[in-house]
Amino acid sequence: MIKIENLHVHFGAVHAVRGVSFNVPAGASFGIVGESGSGKSTVLRALSGLNDDWTGSMRIKGTQLAPRRGKDFFRRVQMVFQDPYGSLHPRQTVDRALSEPLEVHGMDQHERRILQALSEVALPPSVRFRYPHQLSGGQRQRVAIARALMAEPEVLLLDEPTSALDVSVQAEVLNLLADLQERRGLTYLLVSHNLAVVAHLCPMVGVMQGGEMVETVSREDLRAGRTVHPHTTELRRLSTELEEA
Amino acid sequence: MRVEIQNLTIAFPTATGISHAVRGVSLDLGTEKLGIVGESGSGKSLTARSILKLLPRSARITADKLSFDGIDVLTANESAMRAIRGRRAGLILQDPKYSLNPVMTAGAQIAESWRMHRKGGAREARAAAIDLLAQVKINDPGRVFDAYPHELSGGMGQRVMIAMMLAPDPELLIADEPTSALDATVQAEILRLMEDLVARRGMSLILISHDLPLVSHFCDRVAVMYAGRIVEQLGAGELAQAKHPYTRGLLDCMPALSQPKPRLPVMTRDPAWLA
Repeated sequence: MIKIENLHVHFGAVHAVRGVSFNVPAGASFGIVGESGSGKSTVLRALSGLNDDWTGSMRIKGTQLAPRRGKDFFRRVQMVFQDPYGSLHPRQTVDRALSEPLEVHGMDQHERRILQALSEVALPPSVRFRYPHQLSGGQRQRVAIARALMAEPEVLLLDEPTSALDVSVQAEVLNLLADLQERRGLTYLLVSHNLAVVAHLCPMVGVMQGGEMVETVSREDLRAGRTVHPHTTELRRLSTELEEA
Repeated sequence: MRVEIQNLTIAFPTATGISHAVRGVSLDLGTEKLGIVGESGSGKSLTARSILKLLPRSARITADKLSFDGIDVLTANESAMRAIRGRRAGLILQDPKYSLNPVMTAGAQIAESWRMHRKGGAREARAAAIDLLAQVKINDPGRVFDAYPHELSGGMGQRVMIAMMLAPDPELLIADEPTSALDATVQAEILRLMEDLVARRGMSLILISHDLPLVSHFCDRVAVMYAGRIVEQLGAGELAQAKHPYTRGLLDCMPALSQPKPRLPVMTRDPAWLA
């Protein structure tokens, strides 16, 4: 579904992504972990069309992506951001936020689609005419996920979708993402600094450091400690050390 | 140094009535590392900050006892509180980006803190600041002394914050989510550094965090807060024996690298926990 080859991104003199390549089959999940500044979010932003200054090759369903994307791309690929406080318009109701993708893509049956999306992310219909500040962090992230689903995409790009949430809410959102994937056959690309979260959702994990993807490892190998690159080993050690406490 | 809190309540007036953020918390702290863990809104930060009386203006505090080394915090005036704040008890916040002054060099801020509390000269203060930077394991203290906060990484910034808090030689350090904004590798370094400093100086530490495994790994004792109350207190390494369903729920709902969970258990919040 997603095929990225030799992706490079420069910001002025800074070479932020240095030749990253990976594949994500349709209906699968791929996770990217790394620390701040490793370039993980930059990969996601280049793929999503938020940054058009890149070189290399990116394909979705075999179609080569140009720096400027057409409308069809934005219907098929949707993104969920880390901070649900920042990614929802504070003066727009949930109804307005969910209607917008429908209008942009000229879709019909707004009423039915909005109600269905709310029920799909397990929000009560009463949330529909509320403003973001009237919702909890977890509810807001559900709205952000519902909005991403409105255009019936095939690919969801998830940038730290649970990092701003409490662990109990994180569990609910991760379960929701797993259910949605199963129900809709979505392809996920998940970026996170949390190795346990990535391994929970994704069978394959790419580890980034200094703009390079230093290792691609299956979650079974990761769990069993069969890692090759020292950075992967270090991240794994820090993650498991606390679990054993 | 001893902090005693008995039946602490913190309330805020709201449009719909009084909202109780902390409800009857009692804690006793000696020279030890105490962790306070809870989710957003559990009252963990308010509880710790009440020791310094650093609460929003609208907060209404009541307690049977709230004392810092015998000083009654509830009745202490501002100048008495100022003798505690910074001087005897330091506060480290989550993000050094916001808690350091952006237009002063790191060194000037540490030196200011040192002079304020130790009443020394400028040259002495500079030497002390460089020494403190070395104590927080900064390799090149001379360079960092002259650097502005924006020139430092998150981990370096947090070290500068810690150095500044150590300048007056406090007896208690309150660290409110000190590593939540940092990468995992840096987080481990900062915690190790704090552990080392606390042990070497014989300080008490209150570590506030939402991360239960992290805190129990690091502290002697952990208080778990839920909806303004302490629901359970655990000794170090007793995490596996946690009894309260909320504590168990917090542990179970985390994805773990070591053991796969096909589906994460979701917490069902029992209204009885609020009682």
